[in-house]
Amino acid sequence: MSQPDEPGAPRTPEPGPAEPGSEVVAPEPGADLTGRGPSQPAPQPESGEARASRALRDIATGSFGVTVLAFVLALVIGAVLIIFTTDSVTSTLSYFFSKPGDFFSAAWEAVRDSYVAMFRGAVINDRGWSFTTVFKPLTETMTVATPLIIAALGVAVAFRAGLFNIGAQGQVILGATFAGYIGFTWHLPVVVHVIVAIVGGILGGAIWASIAGVLRARTGAHEVIVTIMLNYVALYLLAYLLTTRFFTQAGSNQPKSPAVGPNANLPLLLGDQFRLNAGFLVAILASVFVWWLMTRSTWGFRFRAVGSNPNASRNAGIGVATTFIAVMAVSGALAGLAGAVQVLGTEKSLTGGIAGSLGFDAITVALLGRSKPLGIFFAGLLYAALDVGGRAMEAATGTPIDLVLVIQSLVVLFIAAPPLVRAIFRLPAPRTEAKGAQA
Amino acid sequence: MKLELRGITKRFGPLVANDHIDLVVEPGQVHALLGENGAGKSTLMNVLFGLYKADEGEILVDDEAVAFKGPGDALAAGIGMVHQHFMLVPVFTVAENVMLGHEPTRGGGLLDLDAARRTVRELSDRFGFGLDPDAVVEDLPVGVQQRVEIVKALVRDAKVLILDEPTAVLTPQETDELIAIMRELKAQGTSIVFITHKLREVKAVADVITVIRRGAVVGSASPDAAETELAAMMVGRAVSLGVDKSPAQPGEETFQVEHLTVRDANGIAVVDDVSFSVARGEILAVAGVQGNGQTELSEAVVGLLPATGSIRLEGRELVGLSPHEILDAGVGFVPEDRTVDGLVLDFTVAENLVLDLHDRKPYARGIALDLGAIRKNARERIAEYDIRTQGPGQEVGRLSGGNQQKVVMARELSRPLKVFVASQPTRGVDVGSIEFLHKRIVAERDHGTPVVIVSTELDEVAALADRIAVMYRGKIVGIVPADTPRAVLGLMMAGAGAEEAHEQATETELDQLADEHTHETGAQQ
Repeated sequence: MSQPDEPGAPRTPEPGPAEPGSEVVAPEPGADLTGRGPSQPAPQPESGEARASRALRDIATGSFGVTVLAFVLALVIGAVLIIFTTDSVTSTLSYFFSKPGDFFSAAWEAVRDSYVAMFRGAVINDRGWSFTTVFKPLTETMTVATPLIIAALGVAVAFRAGLFNIGAQGQVILGATFAGYIGFTWHLPVVVHVIVAIVGGILGGAIWASIAGVLRARTGAHEVIVTIMLNYVALYLLAYLLTTRFFTQAGSNQPKSPAVGPNANLPLLLGDQFRLNAGFLVAILASVFVWWLMTRSTWGFRFRAVGSNPNASRNAGIGVATTFIAVMAVSGALAGLAGAVQVLGTEKSLTGGIAGSLGFDAITVALLGRSKPLGIFFAGLLYAALDVGGRAMEAATGTPIDLVLVIQSLVVLFIAAPPLVRAIFRLPAPRTEAKGAQA
Repeated sequence: MKLELRGITKRFGPLVANDHIDLVVEPGQVHALLGENGAGKSTLMNVLFGLYKADEGEILVDDEAVAFKGPGDALAAGIGMVHQHFMLVPVFTVAENVMLGHEPTRGGGLLDLDAARRTVRELSDRFGFGLDPDAVVEDLPVGVQQRVEIVKALVRDAKVLILDEPTAVLTPQETDELIAIMRELKAQGTSIVFITHKLREVKAVADVITVIRRGAVVGSASPDAAETELAAMMVGRAVSLGVDKSPAQPGEETFQVEHLTVRDANGIAVVDDVSFSVARGEILAVAGVQGNGQTELSEAVVGLLPATGSIRLEGRELVGLSPHEILDAGVGFVPEDRTVDGLVLDFTVAENLVLDLHDRKPYARGIALDLGAIRKNARERIAEYDIRTQGPGQEVGRLSGGNQQKVVMARELSRPLKVFVASQPTRGVDVGSIEFLHKRIVAERDHGTPVVIVSTELDEVAALADRIAVMYRGKIVGIVPADTPRAVLGLMMAGAGAEEAHEQATETELDQLADEHTHETGAQQ
């Protein structure tokens, strides 16, 4: 027989409830009054890649409860770390058995002081002596969250379409570079200048990500590898540009660009006392846009369809290759926008470190926000609060800011392992986990 | 070993999946459990195999009550199960798969592969499985993989073998082979619980038939009961197994395929110079054993595979167009495997119903979706096609196979078509839905659309076709009228030309009376 694919992996036409354990929660509801067939999803044969992307989707769109509990767990473990790294606590350990109360009160104090300092540094400083000092922390958190939210939205768009855009970092850099260049070299009227600069940033990110999209669509090159590599290219491209005369200030050999023109600045929202700028409004608009795009537009419909089942999408006449390119372009455009907002709103001039670790944190925030715009908006704020609060905590109590990194990492770790969180809190497994629970 | 289930009840929340089910499997008996998808057969077997705990009732082995805490206990008691989806390690050899979990070892913890090989060979010879212990499982055809599963159960001294929908993944030939194996197992004393919803197989092999509907036993039947009777018990109402259709009134031939060739990645022609044409108001069924190029033919028509030659629809050339353009040209396409190629399982019913039309009016204005129009369409299609769902917002993956297939059909048939191509339109679908889907296909024909049905089920071909094209190794060996006898079709599916097959079939009939010897050679060719 000249059959090209010998049925090594059986195509199973029968969506039977036969797989043991797959129907713990959803049994065979043929027994119900409608006489309907089994209502659980057909166990389908999956290739390794399909399984991997399914796992990715599960992680990226896990339940809200798990996210909250993961955060609580991370704070608890963070507390343990605080206890055992604070000198005032560890010194009580030497006489723990004669006076254990000392240890517990010292531990409680250390943890409380650290977390309270963090809260004061990130949200509201109830010890402030003026309006400015009371609300400064919150606005600072919002400022830091702005580019994080926007870039995470970009990562999430790709997630939802089954693509793993690790290249937000590079796309942020390119966006910042484009926007910054337009900002400090061109001279345009007020309002127009800032818009043009932002559009430039969007284009920069979109173009950079499209490289990966086109390579994936045309040659099948995996977007993870390509975007990771493009991150390095972007980083060193910017480093190089900052040595050329087009990007540096006249008469300076510092790798730092001139400040963007006044017309290209994103205006401050609350006056000179605060760094909070119109970028935050852009982040809100971007969140609404992504929500609309993914749930209310034909593009989003296609993105999600291709992300869930490229075969069926192709059969329905959706161009999978062109969709890949479009997804990466949109994803990169958002990351580029994040870079533009960063340079036009917060940083004001372009440096080699303009992107910080924004692009990578964005992946975390997208996971944390379950790839949903509203989730990402709050996840971005939370993530930024940890960062901002961590700095205040270090200053106030001496607890190292690295603790924040530990907490952030733990949150992601727990979100990536929902069964672990469920086991710890004894939550019932959702149907997708039923198999594991049964076995 | 005698196995008895008494009053087994299994509830999932408010849902009663098994309602006081009684079942007795006598030693050396093939006991068929017949029921539609979702009737509760698999739940019952999972209770028996220790995967679920029954809420009420007891299991008796040789008249003694037993409690299975898990599959391990069931195996120890001599109950083996072959799941519909095989539990094999694809990259392991047959022997390695068989010994997995209770590996024989030599001193020092070394694996004793030879012992495993010997066991496989012994069992394979005893039951005529024809298994090579050193073959790698992923290289084996599905039917042979299934035999590996059976050997896995036999190795553990299974006295009762549960086969869960074993034929769902098999070709007709493999099904026949499996039935022979079941007979052999029975002859050697193994009892078999055979779960299925296919009437023909039940009649071929079962000693006792228990029919389950909506979680309860509705009765038992003997294998010589009529198929319609069994179907009525299963579905709960009279079902017509044939399709009431008036004779075709072929109009203009608007769909022509000429010299179509599709090559696979290795350059081998999987569709080899195929030509045929279909008229308006006519159903052409493409019959053949699975894997003879029918799938590729249908996929080439919608532009999913690159092809050479010509496909013309009302004079317009389709070869070289994208799937999008071809769908736009008026081709309706139902792919062979709905869960892989037809549906986005985690999309809602409403979304799946507009998968191909989502960017067109009335479902989109510019790039904005009109969710209202999409929902309205879904409600209409759900009513029209009797899709059993909680509503347009339910995920398609949670529907039964038959209802999923209705979603695909509803989508494809709900726009004006110039040709309708359906591959295995009722595979894995329960009897009640098959009847419905067949009616819709005939309705589309009567509406004046040329229809091409690709099917490996001769029943379906016979029920629907106005003409039958038989494919063998990528070629069409002949196009014959719908009333062609099964024997002739069978020979054509094995590669004989139409006339040749006719001659052989008649010869065989005549010779059968005269000479046994000629009969054998005739069949062998």
